Amino acid sequence: MRKIRKSLASLFTWVLVLAFFFPVLWMFINSFKTEQLASTIPPSFIFEPTLKEFGIAMDRGMADYLVHSLVASVSSTLLVLLLAFPAAYALSIRPIKNVQDALAFFISTRFMPAAASILPLYMIFKTLGVLDNVGALSLVYAAMNLPIAVWMMRSFLSEVPVELVEASQIDGANLRVEMSRVVLPIVMPGIAAVALICFIFSWNEYFLANLLTSFDAGTTPPFLGSFVDGRGLFLGSLSAAATIAALPVIIAGWLAQKQLVRGLAMGAIK
Amino acid sequence: MPTAIAKVGKAAKLSPDAKRKAWVARSLILPALIFGIVLTQIPFLTTIGYSLFTWNLMYPDDIHFAGIDNFVNVFTMGELVPSIIATVLITTSAVVLSLLLGLFFAILLDRKFFGQGIARTLMITPFLVMPAAASLIWKYSMFDTNIGILNWLNSVFGLPVISWSTDLPLLTVIIVLTWQYTPFMMLILLAGLQSQSREVLEAASVDGSGIFRTFQWITLPHLRQYIEIATLLGTIMLLQVFDPIAIMTKGTGDTKTLAYLLYERAFIGLDVGEAAAYGVVTVILTMITATIALRTVFKVFMAGGAR
Repeated sequence: MRKIRKSLASLFTWVLVLAFFFPVLWMFINSFKTEQLASTIPPSFIFEPTLKEFGIAMDRGMADYLVHSLVASVSSTLLVLLLAFPAAYALSIRPIKNVQDALAFFISTRFMPAAASILPLYMIFKTLGVLDNVGALSLVYAAMNLPIAVWMMRSFLSEVPVELVEASQIDGANLRVEMSRVVLPIVMPGIAAVALICFIFSWNEYFLANLLTSFDAGTTPPFLGSFVDGRGLFLGSLSAAATIAALPVIIAGWLAQKQLVRGLAMGAIK
Repeated sequence: MPTAIAKVGKAAKLSPDAKRKAWVARSLILPALIFGIVLTQIPFLTTIGYSLFTWNLMYPDDIHFAGIDNFVNVFTMGELVPSIIATVLITTSAVVLSLLLGLFFAILLDRKFFGQGIARTLMITPFLVMPAAASLIWKYSMFDTNIGILNWLNSVFGLPVISWSTDLPLLTVIIVLTWQYTPFMMLILLAGLQSQSREVLEAASVDGSGIFRTFQWITLPHLRQYIEIATLLGTIMLLQVFDPIAIMTKGTGDTKTLAYLLYERAFIGLDVGEAAAYGVVTVILTMITATIALRTVFKVFMAGGAR
């Protein structure tokens, strides 16, 4: 009796999980259908898969947008790590006087809506001629992710045993050696988590990309946003494009679930 | 952490060595601070400046000081209040619904069952899907009147067809956001459930405490901190949400949030001055919310993050 109840509960859980996952699955399935089949009701689940719609999505110049997304996400993530690691160091291992104030500053910039700074950024970029420039977009993404990165990194650094840092100082290690040879290897998993979160947020970002880029530096989210142009059937090719756009982050997230949990909670959860 | 600060504070007055150390620490954080100030604080101050000018990109030769005219417009044009209501309604509904669903799924997935790991992996996926992609997929393959799955299900069960996008735009936005944020809430709450002490739970069951009593008196108080973190982080992210509105409703049907309104004034209306005024008002409102929330965040994070 107990066993039956248990397996019924498992079945119930699985049904709900699959229902919840269904829109993603449906996007994936539809991407392998022809346009006609994708727009047919009742929906078909068994059919001969085709890669045709992926080809159509790529023919609309998607590759360029993917490259822009990749460059903006990777370069902003690297910049964030370079800025956040020393900053977090000064908030934990070698604390400055006003740790609380500095932390409050960083988190308040995260609370501040992009609305607060987007107009001047747009104007400045326009004046400098870097509107629609991947480098400029990367800088803005780095600013967007910096607060989270500092907070997360600080939580990882505060777990490094004090004795270890002190021992290396007694051994005469200077700051650079202490940071790169002693502390860095210990917090490497943490840094990977920070990098993953920053990458995800940049890759998926739509608002800023939509305003600050167009053709030369346009990223994938605005490309998708303008994908539906009202001509004929489109669900098949839209699903194919959305699948390509979403897949890198889905796979990265699947592979690094543990780090993701800690990262998302900004290090508040161990 | 307070002791560490006190130590540095005392030492700084004492020896030159400590002074040098304090200087090193400051030089480590300086690049990040400057970067943050240049890209967020200075633009914000500039936004305040813009808000005091009459400036429309359609008439680039006619820029002049306007005093508080833009703010008068913002408060009298009648768009601000509906927009605040939309923002609060969307944020609150999505946070509450995703929190409840997240708790429900966290409890389901906390038990041992066949394929637990895979189920968890599938569950977190909606949060990973690019929001622009998620909005499009929901709009065209789920909510669509003719070929959407939801209406197909309605027809299978003999229910009337619903035109989601035209009749219930607000609900569609809330549904998509809830779907995307439930995994986020679930992950944090699941971490909370799994950090419960097994001994306490076993002791409770030996004492004959029922499942629901154990949940109410032991699990829920233990989860409080996790619920607070999840709510807070969810609120920060959802207050600024833009993607599903821009893609699914374009601000129609009571979905014109502050973020979308500002976008519309600036980049469709090309009215820089007025858009900046909306920006300033948005920040002030966010700051009021944030100050209240920041107190909580500090209590929570300082308790969890200190050495």
